Amino acid sequence: MSGKVTSISGATVCVDFPDLKIGDRISVGVNRLTGEVVRLDGSVATVQVFEENRGLGIGEPVTTAKGPLTVHLGPGLLGGIFDGLQRPLPLLQESSGDFITGGQNPFPLDCTRSWDFRSAHKAGDKLLAGETFGKVREGHIQHHLLSPHAGILEQLNTGELQLEHPAAILEGNQPLHGWHSWPVRNARPYRRKLPPTTPLITGQRCLDFLFPLLKGGVAIVPGGFGTGKTVLEQTIAKFADVDVVVYVGCGERGNEMAGLLDEFAELEDPRSKRPLMERTIIVANTSNMPVAARESSIFTAVTMAEYYRDMGLDVLFLADSLSRWAEALREISAALEEMPGEDGYPTYLGSRLSGFIERAGAVETLSGTQGSLSMILAVSPPGGDFSEPVTQACLRVAGALYMLDSQLAHRRHFPAINWNQSFSLYSDTAMAHFSELHEEWAKLQARCRDLLQREDALREVAEVVGMEGLQDGDRLLMRTAEKIRLDFLCQNSFTEDAYATPQSTIEHIVTLVAEHDRLATALDDGALLDDLLKEAADASL
Amino acid sequence: MRLSEHQYRSVSAIRGPLLFLERVFASRLGELVRIESPDGRSLSGEVLKISGGEVLIQVFGGTHGLDTRHTTVSFSDAVMRAPLGDGVLGRVFDGSFRPLDDLPMFIPEFRMPVTGAPINPVARAHPVEFIETGFSTIDGLNTLVKGQKLPIFTCAGLPAREMTDQLLRQARLPDGGPFVLVFVALGLTHFEYQFYRQTLEHMQSRFVAFINLADDPVVERLLAPRLALTVAEDLAFRREMDVLVIITDMTNYCDALREISTAREELPGRRGYPGHMYSDLASLYERAGRIHGRKGSITLLPTVTMPEDDITHPIPDLTGYITEGQIVLSRELHQKGIYPPVDVLPSLSRLMQHGIGKGQTRKDHRDVANRLYRAYAKGCDLRRLEAVVGRDGMLADDRRLLDFADRFETEFVHQGKKRRTIDATLDTAKTLLDSFREVSL
Repeated sequence: MSGKVTSISGATVCVDFPDLKIGDRISVGVNRLTGEVVRLDGSVATVQVFEENRGLGIGEPVTTAKGPLTVHLGPGLLGGIFDGLQRPLPLLQESSGDFITGGQNPFPLDCTRSWDFRSAHKAGDKLLAGETFGKVREGHIQHHLLSPHAGILEQLNTGELQLEHPAAILEGNQPLHGWHSWPVRNARPYRRKLPPTTPLITGQRCLDFLFPLLKGGVAIVPGGFGTGKTVLEQTIAKFADVDVVVYVGCGERGNEMAGLLDEFAELEDPRSKRPLMERTIIVANTSNMPVAARESSIFTAVTMAEYYRDMGLDVLFLADSLSRWAEALREISAALEEMPGEDGYPTYLGSRLSGFIERAGAVETLSGTQGSLSMILAVSPPGGDFSEPVTQACLRVAGALYMLDSQLAHRRHFPAINWNQSFSLYSDTAMAHFSELHEEWAKLQARCRDLLQREDALREVAEVVGMEGLQDGDRLLMRTAEKIRLDFLCQNSFTEDAYATPQSTIEHIVTLVAEHDRLATALDDGALLDDLLKEAADASL
Repeated sequence: MRLSEHQYRSVSAIRGPLLFLERVFASRLGELVRIESPDGRSLSGEVLKISGGEVLIQVFGGTHGLDTRHTTVSFSDAVMRAPLGDGVLGRVFDGSFRPLDDLPMFIPEFRMPVTGAPINPVARAHPVEFIETGFSTIDGLNTLVKGQKLPIFTCAGLPAREMTDQLLRQARLPDGGPFVLVFVALGLTHFEYQFYRQTLEHMQSRFVAFINLADDPVVERLLAPRLALTVAEDLAFRREMDVLVIITDMTNYCDALREISTAREELPGRRGYPGHMYSDLASLYERAGRIHGRKGSITLLPTVTMPEDDITHPIPDLTGYITEGQIVLSRELHQKGIYPPVDVLPSLSRLMQHGIGKGQTRKDHRDVANRLYRAYAKGCDLRRLEAVVGRDGMLADDRRLLDFADRFETEFVHQGKKRRTIDATLDTAKTLLDSFREVSL
């Protein structure tokens, strides 16, 4: 079956091709560019092309492989670097050079690599859809091979396995491979969602102590340019206590991706002591790569994340940035001449976004194990204005907000998380865990917030009367709050300090608060602050 | 491949810089067309949109004198390509690659599509090599590295031009070698152009210039930077040269983009700029960089004039989201007589961390920079307090910080037209920090 191109407007192409379905994957023109059907009108289909289509001509042929846009799931994804359509970028470089040209579709998994396939099943066993039928060792994890459909096992080819050969045969002579494909727009199934309970340790003092995230939770990180979104996301990608990290560079800088790749290749996972890249999947669709593939990139990535979750693993999904995805959606919507909503974004922005974000969560998998998919999503509001539609739409579904403040960033306070306006709805649940580590965790957290809040109020007073005009007690409070801000909340991602264990975090704050209390008691006993501070300074010399 | 050249006289409408053609057979997106006006003028254009037999063409050059009856359009069957080759060096062209220097067109060795192709992220080499600009505020606090894109955000009336000019004369590569300059002027006034011409002469033949003056066709403002970057990519990645691309002024580029977008009746976004401006700007800025295994590099320094001094205006805003930092000029510092008037607090170089320290600049660089920042930021905060309570009502330490902020501006930021080496920059900073040692900086 084939059709012909009838009109072209940017990446939106109309083709005359009967019997297509919405979401079908299409190959457009003589260069065989990948596209997806987004609209049908009689026999004319509107296709969104995912690759650069300059030079595409009217009348060029169109073919379909039948079926929707999919990703390939199987062992060997970890350590991979893909574009928004899951094309492996290193292979693209080998085949077409340092610049990306269209029409290439290498298979994302290495079919010739050998895996040691083991299975607890035997011939005659009944398999349910999504059930594990065997395992291979992939880096630090046991990679479960999942059966995409139900059936009865007839033969198992355990031992050395290459993906090009079937791993098992199901009744009816149906081959079962070590990999399968899955449509990116469909969330992968699970038995049921569980309420998230375990904290996700990011290693960032400010987050773990003040705004903890749970495994299966969703946090958004909005911030204007230069507030450190990318550095924060990348730092969390390095240190978070999860099994697998999926990082999507969605419409962001190429040089940043290059830096990330260099760094991850060198760094070691602090827990497993293996190369960090072994637990990471990177999806890179930089800002100059085609816009439509940017839209699909987060779906490609989240499907891979769900796949590892289905093995009962803790997966962290990081996207930088969701605003670029929303802008891609807006560009596509404008090309389709849809009626615009707020700021030109399509009116379905909110529902599309919540549909995507809801793919996060802690679940009981189809195999009966527990896995989680957490998300930390950067948002880049234009002009640093948080009232814009993308930030607002995210806020409706996210459980934690890490608001980055450009004032803090200008002062080089990093991570520039505004402690007054950020929040975490997971705080109470996380507290149950943290209080096992230190029983006063919750109390100290409240104390710390209070100190910071009172500092703000005092600063306003100081602006009227001057620091000289403040009482000793208030000056002490301002000193302690400053210490909390500069020594505790600030954390340099480029030094040893980049990662803090919960243990060291709590010890740190206990020390700061204890010193404050000691000095406050001395003041009550009639000592002068200047003398006390001088003493402290002398003692530290 | 078409076997014959297709020619049409079926222009149905002309709207601003856009031409609508009917009953066209087999055209291509982005196809280059030649337009003959009734009075024999020849223009080039590009296919923007095709709907069946109807084709929308963007005309480079003015549409004055075109009509719907006699205008002829011939289709080339190819996308627009830039002529490339060694002959390009030392030459000045207009926004459509026509020579402006009274010399004949050079003989191209080959041609490449002007839109370029994205660099594969795994092929990119992370920029790490320090470039010495001779400005303390940049070298010391917002270090530029090879392959970076770092815009200068300026306001109308500030000396961005002088800074750019000085940068071109002073910038040194790590090995001490000079750059090859690709200079793109978009909507430049004749007055400003005179100024830059001297700089170009100073570069001898190590430059290529694309000049679109304020009274030249607006559509060429969209084309000129693409031609220039295609040339830059060739010089950097085939000829292995270190290329510095200066684009001035991106504000005029974005205004041209808005003009075309409105003519196409696209949905306007913030302040009337099109919704795809981010992707469009990225398609230019992202062409900067380095590639593993190739010696050359493209470092990009665009100038953006912030309308109404507003950094949240869509042009500087979207630019800042794509580039690796920004150098922000301040009207306040300029009025204090400080040159270069760089406000270091909102300025940033994202790639600085890897370009400084031992082996690149000096071991103490990071520490000095951090201390300067912290003390100056504190001093600036205290200035607001000073305005309310007066200097006398403040603590002695705070008064010292105020002094520090003042001296930082007059001694470190201000350097006049003199060039400072990185050593001189760091020494100036250390002297300054040392004289405030008793204050806990």
